[in-house]
Amino acid sequence: MNAPTDWRKFLARKSFIELDARERTKTILDAGSFREIVGPFDRLKSPWLPMQGIVAQADDGVVIARGTIDGQSAVVAAIESAYQGGSMGEVSGAKIAGALECALRDNEKGVPTRAVLLLETGGVRLQEANLGLAAIAEIHAAIIALRRHVPVVGVIGGMVGCFGGMSLAATLCSYLIVTRQTRLGMNGPEVIEQEAGIAEIDSSDKALIWSLIGGEQRSRVGMVDVLVEDDAVSIAEQVRAMFTRGVPAVHRAADLATYVARIASIDTSQQLTGVQLAALWGKGDSQ
Amino acid sequence: MSDTMTKSDNQSASRGRTWLHALTGQAGQYVSQSTSVMFADAPLGDTQARFIAVVPDLANRFPRARHGEVGLEQGWSLAGLLRRTIDEQAGDGGPLRPIVAIVDVAGQAYGRREELMGIHLACAAAVNAYADARLAGHPVIALIVGHAMSGAFLAHGYQANRIVALDAPEVLIHAMGQAAAARITRRTVEQLAELGSRIPPMSYNVRDYAKLGLLENLIEGVDADAPDGTAVERVLQVLADALASIRQDGRRDLSSRYASQQAHTTRAASIEVRKRLAEQW
Repeated sequence: MNAPTDWRKFLARKSFIELDARERTKTILDAGSFREIVGPFDRLKSPWLPMQGIVAQADDGVVIARGTIDGQSAVVAAIESAYQGGSMGEVSGAKIAGALECALRDNEKGVPTRAVLLLETGGVRLQEANLGLAAIAEIHAAIIALRRHVPVVGVIGGMVGCFGGMSLAATLCSYLIVTRQTRLGMNGPEVIEQEAGIAEIDSSDKALIWSLIGGEQRSRVGMVDVLVEDDAVSIAEQVRAMFTRGVPAVHRAADLATYVARIASIDTSQQLTGVQLAALWGKGDSQ
Repeated sequence: MSDTMTKSDNQSASRGRTWLHALTGQAGQYVSQSTSVMFADAPLGDTQARFIAVVPDLANRFPRARHGEVGLEQGWSLAGLLRRTIDEQAGDGGPLRPIVAIVDVAGQAYGRREELMGIHLACAAAVNAYADARLAGHPVIALIVGHAMSGAFLAHGYQANRIVALDAPEVLIHAMGQAAAARITRRTVEQLAELGSRIPPMSYNVRDYAKLGLLENLIEGVDADAPDGTAVERVLQVLADALASIRQDGRRDLSSRYASQQAHTTRAASIEVRKRLAEQW
């Protein structure tokens, strides 16, 4: 992480963050293998947004792409953060859960279909509240069931980050790849400030927020597997590398041996900084 | 019911505690390292079930998790308790112990410590453990007796094979508390309530939630704060029926949530998405 920047490589890179959801799925799949299913022409829109005077988009902000990864059957689900903040409604949530369920059925039949989630979301779409939350519970269930057969790889790319119930989905993945630009947390800083006051967290202090929940900090304390540059080629390579590793012996969310002791050891009489937590939990490579 | 339970200073009124006590006849015991996750083992139908509740703990060392929220300790404690429950019967070949999640959770804990130390991971650990119990063959039932809010409900209840709820005041199910949701969607609380009356998924009311097809049973005529013997018998019967239903269909996934008539009406889009995915796969 502290290696000198290779400027030629840096300048030649193709930003992943700047791509929309559809383009992102293409960079993950083997070249030429992309095939979108339940796409915009299926016109499966949110039934709930028009009732509230909001225009419903024809793909509900989620792209499901079939294809191959290193020649193996694959599905990539990508959330479009430009639409309703990447929020999960009934249809967008059902697309992700349903795609994972199809991949599970393949695996149960002996076809080792791989699944990749490209996550960029504030969590539940509040205009579809309980149906968004229900869909997220189904996404969790599907990840956990599928991941017994093949790794489920999550990528959090860009500036929206991954929050709410979908932060649980991200961390339930077998492997999680993040960029430095992104954030991973359950409650957005604005919501914490509203609920707990500015003394708890100042959501306008970007340096503070990234020092607590930014991609690099999450990497330091081992809550993600890979920290990558914002480069579509590197991200696609890392996704392939995760499948090569196979299903982990212990998934992160089942690693009680590590985390129960970590939480128990914390002195809660004061607020820790990200750097302090990295010194306690991490590899000690923080600045 | 046992009357040996004493209230210490760090306890406050809690439907989770009330129903754990009422359904099991025991005060319940705390999970080690946590004074906010409780459990008790008691008869359900023809077998013994494990009942689990998250309760307020006014002296909790995490100040943002003192009022029945699911925070770092609660998430990992639920995970630990559930994994012990699975391990206790692993490989013994007998019918696996049913698990009843008694749900009255105010929300996930909103705090800086929580985010820094990974409340998302703690809640995911509970989700993971509930799902693993279900996949292993433990019948899992969620009984909503109070608030079932957002990430806390995901962590404690939403991975159940069946969900049942009391039809009573202050039984609320939602993705975000009313005041916060109003601020974020730039509406007033009154506007939110009006929208909820027209649009079932927006509603906080359990009767509207029942229209979504996610509930196995809505239990009417029960005092959620002070259940009498009749109420307890009635709820135990509903839980026993849910257990029988889980055993009968034998499925370990969440597909029962699409089976009801209400689901075919209100969640038609969710069903259609799955149909098209299968066709185009």
